[in-house]
Amino acid sequence: MFKPKIPELAPAGVAVAAPARWQDYVQLLKPRVMSLVVFTALTGLLAARVPVNPVLGFVAVLCIAIGAGASGALNMWYDADIDIRMRRTRNRPVPSGRVQPSDALGLGVTLSLFAVTIMILAINLLAAALLAFTIVFYAVVYTMWLKRSTPQNIVIGGLAGALPPVIGWAAATGTVPLNAWLLCAIIFLWTPPHFWALSLYTTSDYAMAGVPMMPVVRGAKSTRRQILVYSFLLVAAAVAPAFTGLGGVLYLAIAGVGGLVFIALAAILALSKAGDVTENQSSGLYEVKTGVKSARNLFAYSIGYLFAMFAALLIEALAHLPALTL
Amino acid sequence: MTTPNPFHESEAAAKARRMRSIAIAVALAAFVILVFVVTITRLGGHVADSAHL
Repeated sequence: MFKPKIPELAPAGVAVAAPARWQDYVQLLKPRVMSLVVFTALTGLLAARVPVNPVLGFVAVLCIAIGAGASGALNMWYDADIDIRMRRTRNRPVPSGRVQPSDALGLGVTLSLFAVTIMILAINLLAAALLAFTIVFYAVVYTMWLKRSTPQNIVIGGLAGALPPVIGWAAATGTVPLNAWLLCAIIFLWTPPHFWALSLYTTSDYAMAGVPMMPVVRGAKSTRRQILVYSFLLVAAAVAPAFTGLGGVLYLAIAGVGGLVFIALAAILALSKAGDVTENQSSGLYEVKTGVKSARNLFAYSIGYLFAMFAALLIEALAHLPALTL
Repeated sequence: MTTPNPFHESEAAAKARRMRSIAIAVALAAFVILVFVVTITRLGGHVADSAHL
């Protein structure tokens, strides 16, 4: 039922018979996504502010990272047919022919089982259950279902990327209180403006692959407006930890001031023509076209904003700085 | 006239295979160490705890 359509031919210029290098298998795990997952999971683990055995803390974050990598491999296995149609993804190991689809599937399933099993044995059942849910949600609900069927794909699918700090918190305490879900909410509400800003200047690629991203289905204007709405929701969620005993002064300053800048950039984007179809469209994937600069600015800033907020929480936890209870 | 060897492997392919084998060996060794360290950590002081004997 869930068998992907594997491309029959690799794109021109790619040597199909090139032997798979070990680095190709690492690439299947989406190491850049893994690094972000490690960062947010570690923040959740430490923001819980309970004593954690460093070895077990390391193992918990390792399991979360491997689980994220496994999800990436399963995603690349299933999405090979659309990856080959997009310039950004056509050189991935499976669509380029360097790694067999069955190998990507095997790696993804094996690492998923490994990560969840070790999490059960070394940490606790709640963290393992949340990790298993995250992997299944990303690989099945997002990749196999939502991505190809609805422009809300990255909104709902964003839950998978938002759960690592919750898993980290569960690993540290065995519970998932409101503050853990606040961290989840911040990433969840950050995802739509982040990805839609990107998709505003990669629309043609998604359209070519038949992926119903918001700008493709509803148009650029609607996407820009929705980005602004989500930006307000994001900043509201971002400052909330200062009221619940999670974030301190440093965190509030970054979330608040940074949030105002976020909203300003989203407002500039909403007033721009970014993503609108014009004559003389350039074919360069990441080339900055007229009016697209504002989308690119928000995309870049969104990464820094999320990183800065989680870094502030991490610093406050490590330095034992007091949290606010406004 | 020599018959081409159907099992002939290019130098690049042989090197890639060798490196993959090493990577698998490293991963397996890391797995063994991980299980050992987790076991010791989880057991911790309980090993010497007479209440569990």
